Amino acid sequence: MGLQAYLILAAVIFGIGLFGVVTRRNTIGILLGIELMLNAVNINLVAFARFSGSEIGMVFTVFAICITVAEAAMGLAIVILLFRIRRTVMADHLDLLKG
Amino acid sequence: MAETVAFWSLAVVLVGSALAVVLSKNLFHSVLWLALALTGTAGVFLLLDAEFLAAVQLLLYAGGIVTIVVFAIVVTERLVGERITQTSRRITAGAVISLALIALIVNAITRQPLATVREPLPSDLTRTIGESILTRFVLPFELLGVLMLAAMLGAVYFARPEE
Repeated sequence: MGLQAYLILAAVIFGIGLFGVVTRRNTIGILLGIELMLNAVNINLVAFARFSGSEIGMVFTVFAICITVAEAAMGLAIVILLFRIRRTVMADHLDLLKG
Repeated sequence: MAETVAFWSLAVVLVGSALAVVLSKNLFHSVLWLALALTGTAGVFLLLDAEFLAAVQLLLYAGGIVTIVVFAIVVTERLVGERITQTSRRITAGAVISLALIALIVNAITRQPLATVREPLPSDLTRTIGESILTRFVLPFELLGVLMLAAMLGAVYFARPEE
């Protein structure tokens, strides 16, 4: 399998994740879509690193995975906080910033 | 040959579980499908000879994130007293946007001459990754430590019990 097959697989997963982000109403569901998208990007990074025979892309993937975990922890903390304030996690009802 | 079979079975698992994540009615089932998708990604990393990354993926993603998300669901759904079903809105528009994006990316990918042969990697890949993290990329590594500390403090601060 060439590089192209891996890139196309990652593109399809990225698109599915985007679909989840756009259509989900539950904030946690949106976060799951974002995880899928970040995951697809990691596949791209590793595939490019493997086919160019360099370890640097894999080092970058380690950083990307760590930042994703920090993002998920913060995102879910914000969801819990929003739930405390508004008693809901539906994105449609979270309109505090609306003038 | 074996690689082709492994790639296609992993691709089927990944795409199927990713679709289940975004289409499942039950939020809890979505998380479990996400765990399968993340494990499948670890399989793709193995296929790309990145054993260390596959292990990191399983530990941090499939182990860490899934656990955190399950906690968040338990905290936010039980109190509300609703079942953990979820609905989607504007499915047609979302599908159009996603398919258009996928078509755009695939079109761009297929136009480019891309490598089909793997260049040889350093013989001890995990050791090479570790050495380059602690020498050439030591500053980003330190910054990552600061980021993790900030995320941990922030999460603890946000989720503290109300006085």
